[in-house]
Amino acid sequence: MNIKSPCWFRFQDYLKNFSFALPAILIFSVFYIFPFIEIFRLSFYEWNGITPAMRFVDFQNFAELMQDEIWWQSIGHAAYITFIALTFQNVLAFALALACDREIRMKRFYRIVFFIPPVLSEIVVGIIWQWILYAGLQDGQSIGLLNYWLVKSGLPHLVNDWLSDPQTALTCIAIVHSWKGFGWGFIMLLAGLQTIDRQLYEAARVDGASSWKLFTQVIIPMMVPVILVVVILTILGSMQVFVLVLSMVGQGLGYHTEVPVTRILSAMTGTNRFGYACAMGVNFGVILVMVSIAFRWLSNRMKQA
Amino acid sequence: MAINKYIAERIAKGFSIHLFLILFTLTCLFPLFWMVRSALMSNATVFTDKSLIPKVINFGNFAEAWVEGNFGIYFFNSLLYTTSVVIGIVLIASLAAYAFSRLHFPGRNFFFYMFVAAMMIPLPGSFVPLYRLMIVLGLINTRIGYILCMINVGLSMSILLLKTFFDKLPPDLEDAARIDGCGRLGIWWHVALPLARPAIAVIVIFNSLIVWNEYILAALLLNDKSLMPLQRGLMVFQGAHSVDYPLLMAGLTIAAIPIILIYLAMQKHIVKGLSSGAIVG
Repeated sequence: MNIKSPCWFRFQDYLKNFSFALPAILIFSVFYIFPFIEIFRLSFYEWNGITPAMRFVDFQNFAELMQDEIWWQSIGHAAYITFIALTFQNVLAFALALACDREIRMKRFYRIVFFIPPVLSEIVVGIIWQWILYAGLQDGQSIGLLNYWLVKSGLPHLVNDWLSDPQTALTCIAIVHSWKGFGWGFIMLLAGLQTIDRQLYEAARVDGASSWKLFTQVIIPMMVPVILVVVILTILGSMQVFVLVLSMVGQGLGYHTEVPVTRILSAMTGTNRFGYACAMGVNFGVILVMVSIAFRWLSNRMKQA
Repeated sequence: MAINKYIAERIAKGFSIHLFLILFTLTCLFPLFWMVRSALMSNATVFTDKSLIPKVINFGNFAEAWVEGNFGIYFFNSLLYTTSVVIGIVLIASLAAYAFSRLHFPGRNFFFYMFVAAMMIPLPGSFVPLYRLMIVLGLINTRIGYILCMINVGLSMSILLLKTFFDKLPPDLEDAARIDGCGRLGIWWHVALPLARPAIAVIVIFNSLIVWNEYILAALLLNDKSLMPLQRGLMVFQGAHSVDYPLLMAGLTIAAIPIILIYLAMQKHIVKGLSSGAIVG
């Protein structure tokens, strides 16, 4: 005991220290790591999620997934929403951040207001916009505000069943998604702009640079790191959008608004194919990880250049 | 003459910038205004009356939504889930972050990077095995099960944020407390936690947003109307009364107002959190 004592003391010390991290590690293991392993394991089974009978099917779920047209279509839809978010939403966010990055009145007010849509839930946002885009008629008059305004402003030929028409539904969702999301980009880009040294602007001005030159030659190069962060967060966030889809159009109105996560959800709760749902999750997760690795590689190259 | 032209140009520029910003302010606020406006109307007029301020203002919808629409229960549940999850996250994450930053034990870095890696790897569809797990554990359709799941959701981000904060803190105060005879737990509670207040504010506000607005786990794990939080209740209500728009809008207002108020009260911390997040990312 006497010889072991310092060692024993050290062990006890480690144990006490470790106990600080233990609650976090326990919760994390049960609710993150275990499901993480399970999703891989279950993706090799055909299983309805209720009965204990599980049939090992090897890579059959994945083989079926490769042939699943609706699945790849849904990934295309998510990519389309992401494309709108990257272009329309982020350009807008950048323009608004540039407009706010100067000595103007009510700067604080704008900054507060632009972040209100992001703090609302996707359910609230989806239902409000569904109400505005509502296509029904009452007494020959449009109920939804958008159609009503279109008629009032003399454009009745543009009146549309926005969320049921396969041509417009996805674009409406993408625009509402951008409406909800641009505040994030705005705040991050504005914070980035404010770290740029004002003396750089003055130096460029003294050298006779025009506003456009100042923008392309000074602001953009200085902002590359922040822009890259905003872009990757936009990609990962928009690819996984689905609550907005559920609250705006729901499920089961044809496949024109399906996105990957709604497919996973309907494979799980609709057709009770848990194994197939897991295979979808793994497939989509791998795609997202590959996209973000490719993007990191690309952005390192860009930073070096 | 040249100066006049310069001033005119500057005024025009300032005017167009403000016009641009005000246009977007209206775009942000109008849907919310429309929601409140529709909530104040009756079912008879909401479909036809398109005036900005309704002719007959009717506050009854809020009372009806609160009682008959079950939004009172949903609101209480949301409040309960948000406070307990946030308190849980602050306690558990700060204990772990303090251990990762200041205390020594084998595997310290491994466990820390495990949490960081979880933030980097997107796992869509993880709700499928999680749902299964909750059934096996008997935690489905219970408050505690939902609370534990939501604590897990916010844990990684909070640990990372707090650990970076503790790393930057000078250890002098903790040393002084140790000399005064304070134990590990005492130092964490009396010294580290009070010093970390700015970081904790960021964690509280972001996790409140996440929990209050969370939908999918609430949809999968909670089937009892008496256990549902607001977001889930809204979807249930919409499914059951698809045409009662004034009542639905009143429910939306009930769900949106608290989070907007919290945001307005704590918006400084949001900007700070996002800027630090941009640096971390």
